Amino acid sequence: MKFSEQWLRSWVDPQVSTDELVEQLTMAGLEVDSVEPMGVGLADLRVGEVLTLEAHPDADKLRVCRVSVGEDEPLQVVCGAANVEVGGKYPLAPVGAKLPDGMKIKKSKLRGVESFGMLCSAKELGLSDDSQGLMTLPAEADTGQGLVEALGLDDTVIEIDLTPNRGDCLGIEGVAREVGTLTRTPVTPVEVQTVPDSSKDTFAVDVEAPAACPRYLGRVIQGVDATAGTPLWMQERLRRSGIRSLGPLVDVTNYVLLELGQPMHAFDLARLSGGIRVRYAAQGECLTLLDEREINLDGETLVIADHDKALAIAGVMGGMDSGVTDATTDLFLECAFFQPEAIAGCARKYAMHTDSAHRFERGVDPYLQARAVERATALLLDICGGSAGPVIERLAAEQLPAREAISLRKARIQRVLGLLPEDAEVTEMLTRLGMQVEAQDDAGWQVLPPSFRFDISIEADLIEEIGRIYGYNRLPSVAMQGSLEMQPLVESDRSIEQYCDTLVARGYQQAVTYSFVDPQLQQTVNPDREAVALANPISSEMGVMRTSLWPGLLKAVQHNVNRQKSRVRFFEHGLRFYRAGGDIQQEPMLAGAVTGSRLPEHWDGKAEAIGFHDLKRDVEVLLKLAGGAFRFVAETHPALHPGQSAAIMQGDNIVGWLGRIHPQLAQTLDLDSDTCVFELEYAALSQGQLARFAPISRYPSIRRDLAVVVDADIEATALRAVTEEAAGELLQEVVIFDVYQGKGVETGRKSIALGLILQDYSRTLTEQDIESVVSRVTDRLGEKLGASLRD
Amino acid sequence: MSSLDELEQQAVQEIAAAADPAALDDVRVRYLGKKGLLTAQLKQLGALPAEQRPAAGQEINRVKQRVQQQLDAQRVVLQSAVMDRQLASEKIDVTLPGRGQSHGGLHPVSLTLRRIEQLFRPLGFTVAEGPEIEDDHHNFSALNIPDHHPARAMHDTFYFDAHTLLRTHTSPVQVRVMEGSAPPLRVIAPGRVYRCDSDLTHTPMFHQVEGLLVDENVSFANLRGLIDDFLRAFFERSDLAVRFRPSYFPFTEPSAEVDIQCVMCSGDGCRVCSQTGWLEVLGCGMVHPSVFENVGIDNERYTGIAFGMGVERLAMLRYGVNDLRLFFENDLAFLEQFN
Repeated sequence: MKFSEQWLRSWVDPQVSTDELVEQLTMAGLEVDSVEPMGVGLADLRVGEVLTLEAHPDADKLRVCRVSVGEDEPLQVVCGAANVEVGGKYPLAPVGAKLPDGMKIKKSKLRGVESFGMLCSAKELGLSDDSQGLMTLPAEADTGQGLVEALGLDDTVIEIDLTPNRGDCLGIEGVAREVGTLTRTPVTPVEVQTVPDSSKDTFAVDVEAPAACPRYLGRVIQGVDATAGTPLWMQERLRRSGIRSLGPLVDVTNYVLLELGQPMHAFDLARLSGGIRVRYAAQGECLTLLDEREINLDGETLVIADHDKALAIAGVMGGMDSGVTDATTDLFLECAFFQPEAIAGCARKYAMHTDSAHRFERGVDPYLQARAVERATALLLDICGGSAGPVIERLAAEQLPAREAISLRKARIQRVLGLLPEDAEVTEMLTRLGMQVEAQDDAGWQVLPPSFRFDISIEADLIEEIGRIYGYNRLPSVAMQGSLEMQPLVESDRSIEQYCDTLVARGYQQAVTYSFVDPQLQQTVNPDREAVALANPISSEMGVMRTSLWPGLLKAVQHNVNRQKSRVRFFEHGLRFYRAGGDIQQEPMLAGAVTGSRLPEHWDGKAEAIGFHDLKRDVEVLLKLAGGAFRFVAETHPALHPGQSAAIMQGDNIVGWLGRIHPQLAQTLDLDSDTCVFELEYAALSQGQLARFAPISRYPSIRRDLAVVVDADIEATALRAVTEEAAGELLQEVVIFDVYQGKGVETGRKSIALGLILQDYSRTLTEQDIESVVSRVTDRLGEKLGASLRD
Repeated sequence: MSSLDELEQQAVQEIAAAADPAALDDVRVRYLGKKGLLTAQLKQLGALPAEQRPAAGQEINRVKQRVQQQLDAQRVVLQSAVMDRQLASEKIDVTLPGRGQSHGGLHPVSLTLRRIEQLFRPLGFTVAEGPEIEDDHHNFSALNIPDHHPARAMHDTFYFDAHTLLRTHTSPVQVRVMEGSAPPLRVIAPGRVYRCDSDLTHTPMFHQVEGLLVDENVSFANLRGLIDDFLRAFFERSDLAVRFRPSYFPFTEPSAEVDIQCVMCSGDGCRVCSQTGWLEVLGCGMVHPSVFENVGIDNERYTGIAFGMGVERLAMLRYGVNDLRLFFENDLAFLEQFN
């Protein structure tokens, strides 16, 4: 809501400065968005009256005017505007004056004729975007007077950003009421007199949807002059509220909209057939709107129709074929109350956020229509002449919003606000806000909210008003008191933060990537999960929810690689989303992506590219935190190199993946092929294990190393399992300390060196004990895996 | 016994001349070894008359002891010289960078979230989470935002279908907590939220922290106390000016937006605060009776306070970040500034 401060002050004029006024509005919840002084840079402008006009001797389009500025000698001014007339009054910038854009007027010669000033257009004065000709000033303006004074430009435009609950402040009257309450200043409403019928003409009105339109007022006004000029004061007030003047018929309805908050519509009576019907549209019914858009309506849309067709979407926008034009002489003025629920959603559905819809969906006072129609009629007759018929009213009183008195308890005010203002203060605030307040007993009041407040129906609404008007910042600020209770603390719980910290300590940087990703990339990375697609994505590259954290992380790696960072280590945690059996699954994941050298570049060695097993160590450290038994199983994944990828299993479930990205994916993303990734389900990590003490042997441990040669495709897991089983309980640990293929080992075979660490809890092991373990291990490895001892 | 004196002098000279432990050992063997010169002297004692033997023996032992002392002293000198040489040869440049894995870092959003959690946890708040793909009931209806309510239009919602959407705020977690547990309640709910909006100052995804406290005797005064405290602690400014401005959220009443004195210009007015001296940092209020009704909490017995804040906003103010979009570009040049 944007309005002129002068206009507001004509209703309520508190003894406070603009700054104070604005501050009070903001602090009462009517947040002031902007404060714009009018008439800035116009101090030098004056009202000039053109006395004579002569053609310029050497230029067809220029004319030489003698312009009076009051007592002084008339000035000779050369003017190029087409609309300059003898006797006309226009803004004049004399020599020495400065225009708002900083231009200084100098004495000049135009095609040889001297000019001592400039007659200005509204655009040149920053008053309008309209540069068509000179700005015409009203005849009653005093010649020579300062323009600021003549146009009432000693004003400020205030724009408030209203919350959706405050539809009542979408008119000057509502804002004035707030200001009156806040500053305890009386409000003088505009005087609205009943316009007596000057004709008997009326028009048929049928409200077929009384629930949606409980009150409909109409009036026939005949013989108007639609070309009469809208008075400057009205134009100015409209302009300061951001509304362009469109001729008196439309201007008056807009003026009443701004003044009282009542949207109205003027139909050209000659273009209506039979009578008005307020009804729901037929499914698919066609309507051409004022903005020339042709739309098909659905059956839930309330329309204003005549006996032939729909004319307007009720409370939202009028139609092109029935609106007033310059040629209109007879009109039908509509002033109705539509239920907010009937209008809400309509503007969005048809993408028409009109001033009217904005007000109706927030709630227009259902008792305002009679006053508004009289106000509009009076203004119309005043400006355009004509005669008004009687006011037609269709009322379904039982459908009007119910108003019920609300109990307001002092104890509740105290309890909710932490403070109870004096009784008199409470009563005064509520009364100024338009409520009827009746003391019930010592405990509180009965309060009847006014019909214009759609946001007040329960006690909490009243308490909010009291807090708001009293001032939130005058209420106490008190620390909570509460009972001290310890929260449960499960030691084996593993928070995501613990995993994050572990990764950070291992050189990973946390990334936060968007949860929606490029469907194409996701299809390449993770084609087997059904992605959830957004109906209204911000762009096609952010069209589907991620089924894996990899697409986002790989893009983040790519972003940095493209910015000369060759070594990148990222991790991220967050949800992945996919469809499974009709349901949407949302699962927390922890993932990483790394590229570049294993360690930061260093003076003491050659940089080695990161590999599968580097990342595996990081993952093993994470899994160690999670305590449970995890296995790495060679499995293929569409995003990963088929020979360098592992599924991470917990029992029979795959709970994660680890691997080098597939060379093709690396190529697609223009990444190094040594880029590696991992991803783990946090659900598998969230529970660790409580530490459990085991006795420590006091006897020495002994290590025996042996190198065995096995087929190249025998996995370390198998070697380890056979070794552990064969060695028995003396074996404390198996270390794999060398893997070799090449010279000295036949093709297709590999040498693996195992270190067996043996220890007993009750004695020092003898050479015999050790030999027996080693030979058992060698025998079993030979039997089960075809292993031979390396020479 | 001049030969003994000579031997002594000779030994002392040779000891002093020994340049390394091996040479020194040679000297020891030559004089004190089994076949050493002084050992030989002792062996010759038997040839002396009995009455001379004790004096001569004493004298030889004195010399032996002296030689041994000299040997020991010289050994210490030589060993320490060896150590010195070794140490000198092992000197390194301690100013060269260290070796091994780098250290990473947390995202500034995480740092901020952790800070917020650390401030609320000691007050008995627990952390709750909820789904990001929500239904319109939890995101809107249960929060007193019915269909077609103008507040829905303000949310720029991402939809999957008519009733499934990306949560536009963390407030649905409030509802889920209240549905799932009985008061008294103290929770904060951090997480990602989504709005269909992308420009200089909006990203389609950002983070919020929602807070909820339900108890038998909480008032707006407590809300003020809690928020005042939090903001002053968060910004580490005990004199930070905080103001509550009436506002409107369908799920709280009374509702307030909270401004702090601009932390960039200390309230003098700058570009960040649009010359107002104030920065809006969070929204809050008393839980609306309809919300309690929707989840079956007795309005007469309980009152509640709720608040919600934008994490990136707080992080920007705290760390002086001037562009929201940086948080989601994942540029190391940005992220590493917070390590």
